[in-house]
Order: sequence, then structure tokens, then C-alpha cells
Amino acid sequence: MLAPAAVLMLAGCAGWQSVIDVQGASAISIKQLIILFVAVCSVVWAMVMAVLIRALWQEREERGRPADLDPQTERRMTRAVIAATAMTVVILTAFTTASFFTTRALSLANHDDLTIKVRGQQWWWSVEYLSPSEQRLQTANEIHIPVGRNVRLQLEGADVIHSFWVPNLAGKQDLIPGRPNTLTIRAERPGMYRGQCAEFCGLQHAHMAFFVIAEEPAAFERWVNSQQQSATDPSDADVIAGQQVFLSRPCAACHTIRGTSATGTTGPDLTHVGGRKYIAAGLLETTRGSLAAWIADPQALKPGNNMPMVPLNADELRSVSAYLASLK
Amino acid sequence: MNEAKPDTRDSELAPPALAAALAETWRTPAGLWGVLAAVDHKIIARRYIITAFVFLALGGVLALLMRLQLAQPEARVLSPDRYNQIFTMHGTNMMFLFAVPVLEAIGVYLVPLMVGTRNIAFPRLNAFSYWIFLAGGALLWIAFVLDMAPDVGWFAYVPLSGPQYGTGKRADVWAQMITFTEIAALAVAVEIVVTVLKQRAPGMSLDRIPLFVWSMLATSFVVIMAMPAVIFASTSLILDRLVGTHFFNPAEGGDVLLWQHLFWFFGHPEVYIIFLPAVGMVSAIVETFARRPVFGYLAMVMALIATSILAFGLWVHHMFVAGLPRLGQSFFTASSMSIAIPAGVQVFCWLATLWDGAPVFRTPLLFVIGFIVTFVIGGLTGVMVASVPFDTQVHDTYFVVAHFHYVLIGGAVFPLLGGIYYWFPKITGRMMSETLGKWAFWLIFVGFNLTFFPMHILGIAGMPRRIYTYQPDMPWYGLNMFVSISSLVLVAGFLVFFVDAIRSARVGASAAENPWDAPTLEWATTSPPPSYNFAQIPVVNGLSPLWDQPACLMVASGLRTDRRELIVSTVATAKPQVREASPRDSIWPFWAAVATSVMLIGSIFTPWAVVWGSVPVAVALIGWFWPKATPEDEL
Repeated sequence: MLAPAAVLMLAGCAGWQSVIDVQGASAISIKQLIILFVAVCSVVWAMVMAVLIRALWQEREERGRPADLDPQTERRMTRAVIAATAMTVVILTAFTTASFFTTRALSLANHDDLTIKVRGQQWWWSVEYLSPSEQRLQTANEIHIPVGRNVRLQLEGADVIHSFWVPNLAGKQDLIPGRPNTLTIRAERPGMYRGQCAEFCGLQHAHMAFFVIAEEPAAFERWVNSQQQSATDPSDADVIAGQQVFLSRPCAACHTIRGTSATGTTGPDLTHVGGRKYIAAGLLETTRGSLAAWIADPQALKPGNNMPMVPLNADELRSVSAYLASLK
Repeated sequence: MNEAKPDTRDSELAPPALAAALAETWRTPAGLWGVLAAVDHKIIARRYIITAFVFLALGGVLALLMRLQLAQPEARVLSPDRYNQIFTMHGTNMMFLFAVPVLEAIGVYLVPLMVGTRNIAFPRLNAFSYWIFLAGGALLWIAFVLDMAPDVGWFAYVPLSGPQYGTGKRADVWAQMITFTEIAALAVAVEIVVTVLKQRAPGMSLDRIPLFVWSMLATSFVVIMAMPAVIFASTSLILDRLVGTHFFNPAEGGDVLLWQHLFWFFGHPEVYIIFLPAVGMVSAIVETFARRPVFGYLAMVMALIATSILAFGLWVHHMFVAGLPRLGQSFFTASSMSIAIPAGVQVFCWLATLWDGAPVFRTPLLFVIGFIVTFVIGGLTGVMVASVPFDTQVHDTYFVVAHFHYVLIGGAVFPLLGGIYYWFPKITGRMMSETLGKWAFWLIFVGFNLTFFPMHILGIAGMPRRIYTYQPDMPWYGLNMFVSISSLVLVAGFLVFFVDAIRSARVGASAAENPWDAPTLEWATTSPPPSYNFAQIPVVNGLSPLWDQPACLMVASGLRTDRRELIVSTVATAKPQVREASPRDSIWPFWAAVATSVMLIGSIFTPWAVVWGSVPVAVALIGWFWPKATPEDEL
């Protein structure tokens, strides 16, 4: 059962958020360890099953009274049990050693590497590029990194415990209030990797996803430059109206749009929200329509999240979603 | 024998008169008074077992609701709020209200019979324990009905369960329910330790104790050492929430990881508190149905003891992604892996027993075979998650959900069901149906594997646990639907089991004293046993008394029949020391439990409940321990 399932496991997991479809240095090492463990354990299980089947269905002589034991058989079985136990010890020692060396091989960024602070909050991720200082910027739910470089993530829990997990790139690490952790990720190939909070964190734990987008260094630099810009002033009439709605309604109390008077910090920074692939922590692909749907009733799409419903009429809703979509 | 008053001794009476005299002395009064005052370990254990199985059924319904919600992406069967309550309830209920109590209860029923005594030690404490357990279970389920059930997961991590984020009374209900079940479990553990160490039949030296009894003894020591950690943790949580102590508040110098250390210092041994009694049952069943004593008795006992010691050295493997130093993590990888050695030794010894034996394929043995097949998978995935790097990928995913269901259902529920089929005739005097038993086994075995095996794959495919839904673009839909459908097979198996148990209790074929030709002492008395268990206390001169002395068992005599008496014997060699009086029925444990429950439930709402609530508790305890001016034990 274990062996065919293992094959299925290896074959069936390509795609998003998989431990097996690995694209990051750490995840690649761990995958090798996983394959070793699963293979050896499958063999062990098969051997135990073989012995069990043989023990249950073998030709045997009539036994005497149940309490009468044959000393010779007892001695033989003692030797067998000791041998099996010794083999267990050998396998476990090998596993412990393999596990130890895998841990040592996991990439470890140092302080000159790109450092990004990720704060987990109910139920989204705030992302702040800390160093090098010329690359400082603020975004949310989407982390761009250059391919082939170690990136140091400084993980903090803002409210409750969350866990940062992009299985295609690395194992997970908790974000704990009062105890900052670090995690190194390094993507070997460009791509968009989905991650998700892995520690139960309340009502919308299920909808707390994010993306790591690994790009060639040149593309990454371009992205950094564009993100560091303030939001461009709108020119289209509809969009201008949308900006007015945004700034005059409660939106600005929680969200920041750099270059405007909106400087709230409770919710995600929206300066370039239109350029992100998803909104609401991986809930919906970013389109004008999805932005409108989200603003119209966030509690219907993600019940319990901290964004209130702001009553807007149809025109306001249309223009404000146009404005946000324009913030590339 | 320095008593002036003449007394009646069992040696002076002929068998029928002896039975009548003992029945009069040991009987539980009829009526409501008898129900509330009973101290017979068999009556208490039966209540405990039935209550725990009711909780199993309720927990199963919760599991079905979760599978209904997860069968499809973005389903709206349950709101996230209700889902979070349900998965918290499922875990809490199954761990604290089903698994631990049911296994301890089977120990309460069987240990006194297996060691050949007339009642458990501290029988009134035993009665108290049941009432407290019942109150704790009722608290949790009534809170659920009132939409006040805990919603923070069964390990209730702070700060989510703390005063700031766990609003309302939900987390308090969880923490106080823990207090109830821990008091109940600790009480039983103390009784079992004393019963095993001091009440064994003459001649039952340490090397003649049945393996099930050894496993209950080991479990009880683990309970005694593990439970204080979680009682401290849950009490500090309540204090944080109720009176603003800052044990776990990082802003005031508290530490959120302290909670995890305390909880898992209990939580990991908890797994063995569930697993060890189960392996004891496996040994009993293997021995009877392989028709020979378990191979490697000494190795088995050592494995039980090693497991219960190692159980305290590996809690950190639940915290491998919390950011502890790497060196420490490597240590806990090694210690977590090492517990596979005693587990392996036991499996090898059972295999050897079956190999040399002549297996009789009755339902109990089928469940044991199912246990070996599934538990070995659970053990091996346990070795996997003991590795830090491996664990960082599968921690808190469906891989772990699969792993612990393999260990808990495969490793404990299968033996438990086998044990129920095995001891049902002793407890009820009636056999369960072999046909329905085989149906139940195959449905549960197949249904279990189809339900839980795919969860390993879901975890590898990146599905975290405790999510109330997932998005349609995630590749998890097909397997989740498959798992949900398979769970119906599992449920069908449990339904067959329940139908069989209820039916057989009423109309099953009558059982003889020893229907399986088993070797241990519980089979040396009638089925069901009389209130006094044994007309005369058996004397043991081997490991398998009923196989060693098949014709008739030697007995000790000289106990009084006009009052409840049992033999207290030495710890190592079980030489009789004194005749000890065993307490009579009493209503005080019930009142003490009521008073304790009122105090504990009140303290969810106000700290003053502890102050005023302690008065009735004190009154009840004074009534309970009021001196009787009769000698307790005689030489």
C-alpha cells in the first residue's frame, strides 16, 4: 500500500504549493530526504507485512498445551527479535544522521543578503523590504525575490501565531508575537510560488495565502524601482472620481496609498495594488470586477475578516475599483 | 486477629452460603441511591465506557460535518466560525472525553479482576472521578449547543486563546474542561497504581503480572507525571483571561512559547497514555488467540517502561517550526526516533508470538491484525516527522492529520474495538456476534485506510490542516471528495459495531466463564463477575494461571464475609500482608463532584466562584472522610 502510494505521491503533486515540485534550494534538499525516508520506510513496512502474513498463514504442527513452549523455538525467535531490533536501531541512526546533515545543508542567508520583514496578521501578510537600504519598500501578500540568491526573511507575528510556508521553496517557520524568527529562501528558477499560513490563526486561517514571485535579477530590479515610486496621479475622469471616493471615505483610515493623503496602516499598503496578482491574501485574482466585489461586501467573501463593509453606491463602487485597478 | 467481636470467615462457609454472604456484603443498593452511591469498580467502569462511547459517536458526527464541508472547495455547509468550533470540539472530545477515559475505564474494569482482588483501591475516589468526567463532558457539549464551544484548536495556542484574541468564554470552557478531565484521569491513575502495587493476588509477583496490567501501571505513572503540566498550563490560561496575570502575554514579559512547552510536555505523553493501554490489550488478545504466552515477556515490560520514560523526552518535536535553536532540535530528533525502538520491540514480539502460535481468527484477533498493519504505517510516518527538515514541510498539514489518525485509530481504537469484542462476554455475560464483528472489522479497516491514507498525499500537495475551506484552483478537490466519500464506509463500520454491541448486550448468546480459553484471572470468575469478583481470592503461581492450573485454581481463605475485605500484599512478591477493609457505598463522592463542578464552572465567569465554591467542596470532603472508628486493616 505504501509503495504505490509513494509513487502516486511523487507523481501527483506537481503544481502549486507542493512539497515535491520543488524550485528552491532548501526544498530540493528536503525533498531528497523525504524520498529517502519514504523509500526506506516503505521497505520496512513491506517486510513487517511479509512476516505478519507468513506468521498468520503458515503450515504448522499441532501445539500442545498453550503454556508449553519449545526452548529451541524460543531461542530462535529471541535471535530474530534481537536482529530486527538491531536493524531498527541502525535505520534510525541513519535517519537521524541524514536529517542532521540535511538541516546543515539548508541555505542560510547572512546579513548582507536581501532582507525582507514579513509580518503575519489576521489574515494577511505585510511585507517590508528592509535592506539593502536602496531597496526599501512596502507591499503586502506578494514577495518578489531575485532568482538564485539567498533572501533573508525576518518573520514577526503581529497578533497571534502564524506560519510562513512556501513548500516549493522551503520548509515552514512560525511567526510568533514577541519572538522574531528568520527563514532563508532561495529560488533556483523563476516562477510564481504560492504559500499559505500553516498555523491555525482564527476565523480566516483558510484564506491567508501569499505569493513569492521569483524573477531574473534585472526584472527584479525593475520591479523594485516601480514599487518604490509613489502612486501616479490619475488622469482618467472615472479614476479621479475613484480616488476622491477612496480619500473621502473610511478607506484611507486603514490603507496607505503613497503620494496621496491616505496613510492608514491597519490594512495592506495599496500603493501598487493593481499590479499584484491577487487581492485579499490570495482570495481573488486582481481585476476591476474582483476589486468591486471585494469592496462591495468583504464579509461575504471572507467572513470575519477585519475589513468593514463601506456603503457605496454603484457609481462610487465602479469608480473606486477602477482607481485601485489603475494603481499598477 | 485481635478483635473481640466474632466474625465470619470465608473458610467457614460452604460455597452457596459463601456466595450469598458475600453478595449481601458487597451488593450495591437498588434505586436512585444505589446509582449515585455505587463504588463497585465494575459499575463505575461500565458507566465510564458507555459514556466515552457516546462521546465517540458525537465526535464522529463532528468529523462527518467537517468532511461534508471539505468535500468541495469554498463550500458553505458550515460557517468558518462553526467549523473552527467543530474541529476544536472533535479533537478535544476525542482526546479528553473519549480516548483517555475509555482506556482508563477498561483498566478500572479489568485491573482488579486481572490481579485477583475484590474492588479497586480508593473506590470512592473512583466514583468521584466518573462524576467529574461526566460534568466536564457535559460542560463542553452544552457549551457547543449554546454556540459557546471553544474555537482555538485542541491545543489552544496563545495568544489566539488568550484574553485579547479569544473573546467570549469559549477558551475558558476549553481550559476548564481540561481541568475536569485531568482531575478524573489523575484519580483513576492513582487508584490503578495502588491496586496494581498493593492488591495483587497472593503469588502474583512482579514477573507474573499480565501485560495489560503492566501497561495500565505504566500509563498511570505517565498520567501522574504528565497531567500536572497541563493543569498548570490551563490554570494559568484561565488566570490570564480572568484576572490578567500575564503568563503568556509577550507585551508584559510573558512568553507565548511557554504555553507550547507546557502543553506538549503533557501533550506528547498523552499520546502514550492512549497508546500504552491499547498495546496492553493487543498483548492480551494476541496471547489468547495465538494460543501461547506472549513471546518476550521481559522485553515487553521493558518496552512499556522505556516508552513511558522516553515519552517525556520528545515534546519539542511539536515545536520544530517555532524557531528553537538547531542543536536542541537535533537532540529532539534523536529522542523522538528512539521511541520507535521499544515500539518496534513490541511489534516484533507480537509477530514472534503469532509465528509460533496457532492463530484463531476471531474478531478480536482481526482487529489486532488491523492494528499491526495500520499502526506500523503510523509509526513509520512518526519517524518521518521526527526529522526536523522533513517536519518543516509537513508540520501542520494533512500529512500530520493522517499520521496521528494512523497512530490513534490504528494504534489505539483498533485494539480498543478488539478489546471490546474480547471482554464484552466478561462484562455483559453475552457474546457479541462473530458475523457482525467481521463486517464491522472489514468496513472499519477498509474505510479507515481509504479515508486517511490519501491525507498523506494531500499534505505533501500542500494542504494545511485546520482550514475550513480551500479555493477551487487548488489541486485538492478530487482527493478531498474521495476522502469524504470514504469516510462513509468508516461510519458504516462503526454503525455495525454499535448495533452489534447494543443488540448483543440484550440478546447475545450467553457467555461461559472463559469463552476464549484465556489465561488470565478475569476469566476465573463468572461472566459477568459477581459484585465481590471472586468468592475466594485466587493464588497465582505462574504467568498464565488458567493455562498453568486448568483444572482448578488454588485460593486463599480467611477473609471476613460480613464486611468488605480484600488482601493487601507486598509490592514485589505479592505476599499477603493484611486484610484491608474496602469502603462501602457512599453518596459523598457524588456531592463532592457536584460541589467541585459548580466551583470550576463558576470560575469561568468570576474568580469569586473559587472563594465561595470551595465551601461546599470542603463540606462534601469532610462528609466523605468522616472517621468511622472501625479498624481499616487487620493482620
